[in-house]
Amino acid sequence: MSVRLDQPDRPWMMRTYAGHSTAAKSNELYRRNLAKGQTGLSVAFDLPTQTGYDPDHELARGEVGKVGVPIAHRGDMATLMDGIPLDRMNTSMTINATAAWLLALYVVTAQEQGVEEGALAGTTQNDIIKEFLARGTYAFPPGPSMRLIADMVAYTVTRIPKWNPINICSYHLQEAGATPVQEIAYSLSNAIAVLDAVRERVDQELMGPVFGRISFFVNAGVRFVEEHAKLRAMGQLWDQIGRERYGVDDPKHLRFRYGVQVNSLGLTEQQPENNVQRIVLEALAVTLGRSARARAIQLPAWNEALGLPRPWDQQWSLRIQQVLAFETDLLEYPDIFEGSKVMDGLVAELVEGARAEMAVVAEHGGAVEAVPYMKAALVDSHRERIRRIEAGEQTVVGLNKYTETEDSPLTADAEGGILVVDPAVEAEQRAAVEEWRSQRDASDVERALAELRRVADSEENIMEATIAAARAGVTTGEWAQALRDVFGSYRAPTGVGDAAGEGASDDLEEIREEVERVSEALGRRVKILVGKPGLDGHSNGAEQIAVRARDAGLDVVYEGIRLTPAQIAASALQEGVHVVGLSILSGSHRELIPSVIEALREAGVDVPVVVGGIIPEADVEPLKSAGVAAVYTPKDFDLSKIMRDIVGLVGEGAKASA
Amino acid sequence: MSAEGPPFGEPIGEAAELAARLRDRDLSAAPAALNLIENRAKGDEVGALLRAVSPAALGAEPPGHIVGVTGPPGAGKSSLLSALVRAWRGDGRTVAVLAVDPSSKRSGGSLLGDRARIEFDPADRGVLIRSTAAGGRLGGLAPATRAAAQALSAAFDVVVIETVGVGQSETEVAEVADTVVVIVQPGSGDALQFIKAGIMEVPDVLVVTKADLGDVALRARRDLSAALRSLGARETPVVAVSTIAPTTGVNELIAALDGHRASLDLPARRAESRRTSALADFAAEHGDRGMRALGGRRAALRFLAEQEPGLDVATLVERLEQRAEVAP
Repeated sequence: MSVRLDQPDRPWMMRTYAGHSTAAKSNELYRRNLAKGQTGLSVAFDLPTQTGYDPDHELARGEVGKVGVPIAHRGDMATLMDGIPLDRMNTSMTINATAAWLLALYVVTAQEQGVEEGALAGTTQNDIIKEFLARGTYAFPPGPSMRLIADMVAYTVTRIPKWNPINICSYHLQEAGATPVQEIAYSLSNAIAVLDAVRERVDQELMGPVFGRISFFVNAGVRFVEEHAKLRAMGQLWDQIGRERYGVDDPKHLRFRYGVQVNSLGLTEQQPENNVQRIVLEALAVTLGRSARARAIQLPAWNEALGLPRPWDQQWSLRIQQVLAFETDLLEYPDIFEGSKVMDGLVAELVEGARAEMAVVAEHGGAVEAVPYMKAALVDSHRERIRRIEAGEQTVVGLNKYTETEDSPLTADAEGGILVVDPAVEAEQRAAVEEWRSQRDASDVERALAELRRVADSEENIMEATIAAARAGVTTGEWAQALRDVFGSYRAPTGVGDAAGEGASDDLEEIREEVERVSEALGRRVKILVGKPGLDGHSNGAEQIAVRARDAGLDVVYEGIRLTPAQIAASALQEGVHVVGLSILSGSHRELIPSVIEALREAGVDVPVVVGGIIPEADVEPLKSAGVAAVYTPKDFDLSKIMRDIVGLVGEGAKASA
Repeated sequence: MSAEGPPFGEPIGEAAELAARLRDRDLSAAPAALNLIENRAKGDEVGALLRAVSPAALGAEPPGHIVGVTGPPGAGKSSLLSALVRAWRGDGRTVAVLAVDPSSKRSGGSLLGDRARIEFDPADRGVLIRSTAAGGRLGGLAPATRAAAQALSAAFDVVVIETVGVGQSETEVAEVADTVVVIVQPGSGDALQFIKAGIMEVPDVLVVTKADLGDVALRARRDLSAALRSLGARETPVVAVSTIAPTTGVNELIAALDGHRASLDLPARRAESRRTSALADFAAEHGDRGMRALGGRRAALRFLAEQEPGLDVATLVERLEQRAEVAP
């Protein structure tokens, strides 16, 4: 074997996960990023778009344009892609429940540009199982959701052959606390569920190309040697699944293709500059070995634990990729781990562990049926991770070790080194969608929606009717509502009820005693409501607080994600809780938290409210003056301390009313 | 019962006021009434509240229909309750749901998760959902749940007590509820086996969920009906419900519940329920020694049967204590 390649490899596709405020602002950002050497687009949609609500829906409040771009209709998509030739672009869209709809808008936009759908290349994330497990932007029940995915696969495999209709995500599983074995096992089980569903809707001879179109979206943490082994293990298992389960034998179809966004969970708010080296090392995990190298990479920004990244922060991450690809010698060699006993041994361990875990999922009846099992397992793993960090068994530099620091000049500006979305954006978008509705041909829209409902209720493929609706000017909210009418709505399991209880520790015993004391004073057990207002589905934080509160001896009402202020207030009143804990990671806290407090006080509930999430320092005081008793951010990793605070707040209340 | 609360004065005033509002069917009094009922330090006030909504005070049984709903995890209880709440509200009936979850033995805490699964309109004042921890009693009811159901039945048209499990919890639910519904998941033989083996009493209504599963659900329903026939309980309705659109069976279920309630000698069933509750409370407070002083369980029940049927639980407990000559 030659130690050098005849020709250095072409680099992977370089993207930046981007989009915010409005379609026009995001378009401007995309064009600048492409000019800087980015080679593909990665569209971040805002939460209303991801969950199928228009900007003027009650649940959209505070979320419009926050974590991504709002796309309410084909006009928005045309603005977003203005001046970007879609026949030469490779566009990845982080879109799941509403993937069929966004693909339809993309197709219509391309056609308006004079580009045929067959020429389009890109990816729709479209992995609904991980939304139920970890990310929370689902819209329909599992059965119909799987059907929409199968419809898209069946449609694109013949009509848009260069499209990856689904990107099976292990990424979010790791963000939710998955171990490498869980990440492999659950994502591959998920892929099997999708392929099984598609198999019922396409001819057997198409299964090779279908299998070949399934790509993955993975994560890589800072333990980069094991993480690289993980990717090799996934490749091995994938090949085996293709051959044995689906009878695929073309090596081209059997290749394990993946894109990656490296880990955000491990990024810290303290000494945030350290995140840069974490990101670099994680990038190595997915590039070092040629036989398991990523096809596309997007890196998070150094300041993600602080808030939304600015264009400059994202440029820094793009430059990391460019240095790796163009300055180092990485791309000049064959696989550097070939024949490595250590690497092979690690891979074998992971393959064995993942097989065993996949068997458990299969015993539950497959990934769809095993969602509650997997969810509870993830909550458990995440709890263990937090415990290890709290106990100092796992070192996180700057967080639980080497915490002495100079002030960071990176966060010294007025906004604290993050992007602040103009609050006027939401009002503008509300007005814009109303304007759009008034300009359309209402009878076209009605016809398109009626047809969409008919098809949804039949066995026919949803794509044609969806593209027709996009063309007729239907909005995102209308499309999703038509399907909700037919499919019904759904709430995913929270996983917290089944999470294992924590054993005894001095810390916990001390809190339990305090809980008993306060409960005695109150006459009944301290009761907390843990709520997630808004559309943000990142429920890890809320789940961990809920589980720890139970372990501390509290009665915990946890209601899952996506609640309106009115729902939270009604629950707090009816449940008679002593304290309310709210979690928001989407940046909508400035709007939503005051509305929740207002709703609580209107309902006559006068209990302390605490807030946790990605809350920039500058927002802490405004929240406190709105009536919040305490604010917790990612730097507050010590859950026991948070529990002591909360019980203390309730205790003060008990004393005051005694 | 604890004697910590003052016997009269302002707090009793609170109990009286809450009771009056419940009697007037003022649903906004319910959360505060539940906070009081759950308060272990306020036994006397709770007693006063319950006395004020007892049949003896009202002149009739509280009008609300107390429905116990029980079934194993994953059987579809929450979806069923969402559909029932919607249908009841559609009929203009007010509904309170008391959801009982197990507590952790280790910490005493609990995760009250089921609430997340029952869909309701937060602006609708005619629905109340309250989750309670069972407080260490496996498969059992929270001590305050019986009292809560009795109090809320004065104000709400329907009071649902939801518990998890099959084989144990419905026995305790049966002591409080007018009508007991057991949910059976098709494909799982639990309920069927328990009924056949006599571990579980025949419930008033059986529901087979997930009727959208087709043949599996049909078979489950057939097996249950056959088992009921062999036990001579051929009148017991078995209703198949699908809560996935298109929803089916919910109206039949409501008709079955109403039918059972109409066929019931309500005062007799409720009086028996209060006697059982009183004996359980007495036993919890005074243990085996107290029970021996009453001459055993049967003698105690005979004694209770001689008391006026409309008396509230707390008064019955007092009578038992007087008879056993133990200090309250």
